Amino acid sequence: MRNIRSKTLLAAVGLALSVSSLAACGNAGSSDSESVDVKVDDKAASSFDDGTRMKELADAGKITIGVKFDQPGIGFKGATDDAPKGFDPEMGKILAASLGIPADKITWKETISDNREPFLQKGEVDLVIASYSITDDRRKVVGQAGPYYVTGQQLLVKKGSDIKSVDDIKGKEVCSVTGSTSLDNVEAKGAKPRGFDTYSECRDQVADGSVDSMTTDGAILLGYAALDPDNLEVVGDPFSEERYGIGYSKDSPEMCQWITDTIKKAEDDGTYDKAFEATLGKSGVDTPEAPKMDACT
Amino acid sequence: MDAVFSQFDLVLKAFLLTLELFLLAGVLSLAFGTLLAAARVGPVAVLRRAAGLYVTLVRSTPLLIIFIFVFFGLPQMDIQLPFLVKGVVSLTFYTSSFVCEAIRSGINAVSVGQAEASRAIGLTFGQSMRYVVLPQALRAVVPPLASVLIALAKNTSVAAGFGLLEATARMRYFTNDQADARTWIFLTFAIGYIVIVELISAGAGSLERRWKVAR
Repeated sequence: MRNIRSKTLLAAVGLALSVSSLAACGNAGSSDSESVDVKVDDKAASSFDDGTRMKELADAGKITIGVKFDQPGIGFKGATDDAPKGFDPEMGKILAASLGIPADKITWKETISDNREPFLQKGEVDLVIASYSITDDRRKVVGQAGPYYVTGQQLLVKKGSDIKSVDDIKGKEVCSVTGSTSLDNVEAKGAKPRGFDTYSECRDQVADGSVDSMTTDGAILLGYAALDPDNLEVVGDPFSEERYGIGYSKDSPEMCQWITDTIKKAEDDGTYDKAFEATLGKSGVDTPEAPKMDACT
Repeated sequence: MDAVFSQFDLVLKAFLLTLELFLLAGVLSLAFGTLLAAARVGPVAVLRRAAGLYVTLVRSTPLLIIFIFVFFGLPQMDIQLPFLVKGVVSLTFYTSSFVCEAIRSGINAVSVGQAEASRAIGLTFGQSMRYVVLPQALRAVVPPLASVLIALAKNTSVAAGFGLLEATARMRYFTNDQADARTWIFLTFAIGYIVIVELISAGAGSLERRWKVAR
């Protein structure tokens, strides 16, 4: 309830913002972080200064966020859905709310693994929240704040498969999305990598027996297994560590602190847990301890 | 840039699969396409119509849809094939219709008198095709066939989204991994494709010159 009420309040503030001056912006920054520690308060107020990306977005009253459309639980949009559902869109709503932007003013843009950096670099999206693992190479070209969630790569197989863990995939055909880190990891472990354009195509290949296993982050696999529990199961322990971060453009480094602070606040006031339980939590994952986020440089 | 060159064996391996797809599908498409062309101009009405229907249907279907049918449709019908075979089948299925039409245009370029003369000296349809019409037709169709083969070489990249780790799929592996070197990675792979296409057109050019003298 509290969550909904504070969002309504923020929506109202957002409306006010879009027609009012800088002074109002300052208020929005401080009023939305009142319940959290003083440190956040300072940062929010200063980050809404003139010339920051947050101020521009708050003034415009709208934001474009890149998410995945084919990962149940994380980011998924059915053919007839108006907006994507999942943990990543929830994070997007929390961030937009802190700018005074209501959920219906968010433009969701589908990103696939391979186009996330170009979308950020060209400004096609303001943020990427798309099961976007933080890596050093990516941080050379885009900003990544977080992690807001830590997961690990696992295997999805047909029930009764002789693959029980990552040690069994040598020489087996394992699919994932073309160009994803997960596919490189299983290739390094001796599996035959089979890349597809989307996770759902890969899942279909497992379901009809064309490939032996599907691999990607455990959270995504559990989402798929939950949709077809009689036929598919997730096996083995995680064999990598993926730290999901929120991508932003290097042109606006000031966004890092704002993202980190906003998530921190959501963790503290319970919004984070609620978002998790409403999405990934449904596929049987326990609500995690909020991971310690990287410092912004 | 280091990223690509330190793992250059992976680049070569990927282009090897691209070439493998191209050569297998190329040879099969030339053979099947020629048969289709012969059927289209042949005396058997059923074959003529069947070949005509094949060309009409397949030539107007996007290659991607053919891939989707072979990779996702066939397994639904419990037909399981290895990935390379599925890739070659999809490409051959598609390219054959274009080979057929290229060759048919060559057959039309051979004067009717040639076929009539070969019938007059008692050759069967098969013999007149093999010894009289097709050898002349093939010479006329080197440039259009080269275009069809060049298109095939580039069309192998559609397989990137279907479990085959050929050049384009490998390029996406690199760009996803090394987001800071996208331009160099892209150029490396573009050059690879350019080399393949240039080899095909050089081959076609030399055939064209050699056969021109013989005519």
